[in-house]
Amino acid sequence: MKLPEAAGLVLAFIARLITGAQGHWYGSPPKAEQRIYFANHQSHFDWVLIWAALPRDLRAATRPIAARDYWTATPLKHWITREIFNAVYVSRHRPEGGSSSPKEDSEDPLEPLMEALRNGDSLVIFPEGTRGHTGEPAPFKSGLYSLAQAFPEVQLIPAWIDNVQRVMPKGEVVPVPILCTVVFGAPVALRPGEERRAFLDRARQAVVALREVA
Amino acid sequence: MGNLRSLSTSQQVGLLFVTLFGVLVLTTLIAFARSFRESSDAQSELQERFARDLRAVWLGALLFWVAWAAGPFVSTLLFGFVSFFALREFVTLTHTRRADHRALLLAFFVVLPAQYVLVGMRLFNAFTVFIPVYVFFAIPVISALANDPQRFLERTAKIQWGIAVCVFGMSHAPALLLLDLPRWHERGAFLVFYLVVVVATAQVVQELASRRLRRRPVARAISRSFSWRAWGAGAGAAAAIGTLLYWTTPFKPLEALVMGAIAGATGTLGEFVMKALKRDAGVRNWRGSASVTGAVGLLDRVAPLCFAAPVFFHSVRWYYAV
Repeated sequence: MKLPEAAGLVLAFIARLITGAQGHWYGSPPKAEQRIYFANHQSHFDWVLIWAALPRDLRAATRPIAARDYWTATPLKHWITREIFNAVYVSRHRPEGGSSSPKEDSEDPLEPLMEALRNGDSLVIFPEGTRGHTGEPAPFKSGLYSLAQAFPEVQLIPAWIDNVQRVMPKGEVVPVPILCTVVFGAPVALRPGEERRAFLDRARQAVVALREVA
Repeated sequence: MGNLRSLSTSQQVGLLFVTLFGVLVLTTLIAFARSFRESSDAQSELQERFARDLRAVWLGALLFWVAWAAGPFVSTLLFGFVSFFALREFVTLTHTRRADHRALLLAFFVVLPAQYVLVGMRLFNAFTVFIPVYVFFAIPVISALANDPQRFLERTAKIQWGIAVCVFGMSHAPALLLLDLPRWHERGAFLVFYLVVVVATAQVVQELASRRLRRRPVARAISRSFSWRAWGAGAGAAAAIGTLLYWTTPFKPLEALVMGAIAGATGTLGEFVMKALKRDAGVRNWRGSASVTGAVGLLDRVAPLCFAAPVFFHSVRWYYAV
């Protein structure tokens, strides 16, 4: 066993020790199909939780999205995201007139995701874009719609992560052991001719609806 | 039974484990045979519950055996982990706020290991006062520093109570293991075994008795099955089993009877208190998988032990003046 694999197992074990990381599957069995999991976002811990809740053989083919500027800043961060998680790096989308260089602006932020999907990988995305702290998920950003349009054959699985904001609130570094669950729901598909906003709201509803199941 | 006492320690251990696993195998076989019979829905639900409980007993017995084989260090560690999981479940059920984060970190990563280290080093005086005195003082200080006055007393009390039950109470079980009684050197594991068997018996008999007797419940809003008669039956059965097991302990038969009754009675009352807590947290039955976020029902099973162990431990210590 290579070092990243072993480190991954240790990390998954720690995540389970602290949160239980129980995955409940309602409406979609844990299968090795190409999928995009989309979930509510409340904590840095969200990705690790989803990852640990997946069966071990699905973890290798399921990749997170990581902000390039932050997660490649130090060798350790870079190693963790590259070797253990096999993350898809994206450059953060800066608002017009920001301090970013013209070269960064020219790249479509979704391009690395499309590339990964073309390779047959599964992705985990948090369409709110940023971590919320109100309990209610913010309106979804449009990236999910573009991906659904470009890859109609990839299943879109909603997921609700419960309790994780109590494990590691914003601004804290050490997690408190509290049990968390990840509920995976039935796939949401883009209907023919569906409007962007309508689809994103429907996808958000699918995530919120899983809260009642949890 | 007196001549059982004169056997060597290893013979007694062998006898205990043969008896324990013999009874378990027999019960499992009977339950398996009965599962083939036609049964109504209510019956099959009862059978399912029984099978679940039986699995838990098997797990407990195997853990106990591992702990015995591996020595006091490993068993202290094992109880430490059980404590950790129980506290994790307790904290999940109570509504803590963001400002409790540091206090909870203190509870999980400082208080819990420190308490078990104190047990492991046999510092019984320090281990007895560490949580009631020092932690009782430290937790509210940390909480207050977090600058959130909302429901302060309630939140602090919940954390304190969780620590008292899941860490302080539970840590008395390995403490029994390490207790050095006169003429009872290095045989503390028997006391833990005695305590676990007696408490489990009291629970099972109380459950059966409440089903048979159908008395008016004492506190209907908390438990529909708890009655004084059933509680008495449980404590009585605990005393009887305790007396039968007196040769495994440093007690004389009469002392074993009293100790068994104390352990059984406190254990079932502890279970009753836990039911009240469950109702407060809005859980009907936390053995169900979907009711609470991930609550796996460990707390439910260890709570009687958490309540009985400190009382039992200090009764023994006081009686033998060690």
